[in-house]
Amino acid sequence: MDAIRTEALTKHYRVGFWRPRPYVALDALTLRVGRGDVFGFLGPNGAGKTTTLKLLLQLIYPTSGRADVLGRPVGDVDVRRRIGYLPENPCFYDYLTAEELLEYFASLFGYGPAERRRRVAALLDEVGIGAERRLQLRKFSKGMLQRVGIAQAVINDPEVVFFDEPMSGLDPLGRREIRELVLRMRDRGATVFFSSHVLSDAEALCSRVAILAHGRLVGSGALSDMAAFQVRGWELVVNNLTPAALEHARSLGRIARADALGGSRYALELPLSTPPERILADLAAHGAQPVSLNPLRETLEDFYLRHIAAAPTDRGLGAA
Amino acid sequence: MRIIGHVALNVFKESVRDKVLYNLVVFAVLLIAVSYLLGQLTAGQDVKIIKDLGLAAIATFGLLIAVFIGIGLVWKEVERRSIYSLLSKPIRRHEFVLGKYAGLGLTLLVNVAIMTVAFYAVLAYMNTQFPENVRAAWPAPATDPGMLRAVALVFVELLLVTAIALFFSTFSGPFLAAALTFGLWIIGHFNADLRNFEAVVDSRAAAYAARALYYVLPNFAAFDVKTQVVYALPVPASYVAMTALYGVVYIAMLLTGSVMIFARRDFK
Repeated sequence: MDAIRTEALTKHYRVGFWRPRPYVALDALTLRVGRGDVFGFLGPNGAGKTTTLKLLLQLIYPTSGRADVLGRPVGDVDVRRRIGYLPENPCFYDYLTAEELLEYFASLFGYGPAERRRRVAALLDEVGIGAERRLQLRKFSKGMLQRVGIAQAVINDPEVVFFDEPMSGLDPLGRREIRELVLRMRDRGATVFFSSHVLSDAEALCSRVAILAHGRLVGSGALSDMAAFQVRGWELVVNNLTPAALEHARSLGRIARADALGGSRYALELPLSTPPERILADLAAHGAQPVSLNPLRETLEDFYLRHIAAAPTDRGLGAA
Repeated sequence: MRIIGHVALNVFKESVRDKVLYNLVVFAVLLIAVSYLLGQLTAGQDVKIIKDLGLAAIATFGLLIAVFIGIGLVWKEVERRSIYSLLSKPIRRHEFVLGKYAGLGLTLLVNVAIMTVAFYAVLAYMNTQFPENVRAAWPAPATDPGMLRAVALVFVELLLVTAIALFFSTFSGPFLAAALTFGLWIIGHFNADLRNFEAVVDSRAAAYAARALYYVLPNFAAFDVKTQVVYALPVPASYVAMTALYGVVYIAMLLTGSVMIFARRDFK
C-alpha cells in the first residue's frame, strides 16, 4: 500500500473581484509515495507545493481528482490520527506556552494527562527547547517557533509526516537538526513528505523527489536517476597554475573552460570524458596545487528555469 | 464531545490570557462608584437606579464580549494560520466550530455570573444603608431574586448574539461580521415595529415583507425584561422558559448554518 497516492488531483481558484477568472493552482497531479520513503516535493515559489499539501490535509478541497493517505481518502479523521503536518511559517496561539500548546494538541489525540506530559516533555527535549517551554509563544523567535512546529507535527508518532518548507527561516545549525530529525523519523519507519525549493535539502535526505512548476509535475523519481541531475563535468580549483601548463592541458582537450581567480589561481571546468584524477596528476606534475574538486551538475534552479521557460505561463483556463 | 471540550477550554484560556475578564474590574468599579455618588445626590430612588444600571451594564459588557470575541473566533484562527495545524489533527470541522462557540459561551457564563454576584453584593450593601420604613416603600426588596430571571434572559440573548457573530465570521471578515451582528442586534430590539408595519404603510407587499422579516430576524426585544423586574412586575417562569427555548432553537439553526458553511470552506 502506498503512503500517499493522488490521481489527477486538480485545484482551481477564482481570482479577481469583479470578473473572477479561474486560476490553475494544481493541474492533474498524479503521484505515488511509498511507505518509508523520504520524499522531496520540489519547485519554485508558487509552483503548487503548498496547494498540494493543503489538499492532502483537506484544508482545501480539490476541484477534481482524488487523494488517499494510508489507503484512505484524505480528511478521514482516523487517518489524521496517524499523520503529522508542519505548515509553512507556522503560527500558533501566542498566548499559550510551548508546553501548553503541545498538551492541547496531544489532548486532541485522546492521550491521558500523564501520557500527554510524557510526550510533551520528551518532544521538547528532542527539538531542543529547554526552559523556554514555559514562556508564551509570543516571545519566541522564528527559529524557535519552527521547532515547536516540528514538535507538534510528530506528537502522535505519525506514520506519515508532511513538512512544508521545514528549513525555512532556520540557521545552519537548525537546518542540520531538521535533517537529523527527518533521518530519525525515516529510521523509525515513517514516511516523510517534505516540500522545499532548495535542491541540496532534497539531495541530502530524499530517496525520491517530484518537481513541480506552474502547478504541473515536470519530473519525478530518484534524484540520482533523473537525467537532469547527472554529473556533466567537474570543477577544479588550483593554485600555482602556470600559463604554460594551462595551455598544455587545453591543447589536450582536458579543460572546457578556465576562469582566472587572481594570481596563479584558476577555476577549471573539466569535461566528463577524461577521469579527473588523470588531469589532476597531469597538472600536479607541472607544479599546480589542487584546492578543490566538485562535480558539476544542473542545479535545481537551472532545471526550474528550463521548465519555467518551456511551460506555458498562462495558468488560466482560457476564455472561461 | 471530548474534542469540543478541549477546544472550548482553549477559547476560555485565550480570553483569560487576553485579559477579557478585566472588564469585570471596570464593571465593579462602575457600580461601586455610582452607588457612592447616588448616596450623595439622591434620596429614595438609589436602589432602583442601581438595579437599572447594573442590569444594563451586565447586558452591555456581555454584548461587547459576545460581538468582539465572537467575530474573531474563526477569523483569527484563519488569519494567523493557526487553523492549519489544528485541522490537521483528528478533529472534525464541526467540532472546531462548536468548541469555539462553547468556549465563548463559557467565557460569557463566567463573566455574567461574576457580574451578577458583584451586582447583588452592591445591592445587599445598599440594603443595609436604609431604615426599615424606607425599604418597605420600595416596589421590591433590594436583593430581589426575581432579577435573576432578567439576568438569565440576558445570558440567552448573549448566546444568541455570539451565534450570530460566529455565523457571520465563518464567511466574512471581522468588520463586516461586527457590522452585521450589531445591525441584527439593533433591528432585533425594534422588531415590534416590523410586526405592526401595516399600520404605517399602505402597500400590502411592504407589510407582508415586514411581517416576514419580523419572523425571520431574531426578536431580541423578547429577551429584555429588565424594566419589569426593576419595577417588580410579574415575569412568569413560563415566559422565561419559552423565550429561552426560542433562543435555543434560533442558536441551533445558526450553528447548523455555521457548521455547514465552515465544512466546505477552503483555507488558502
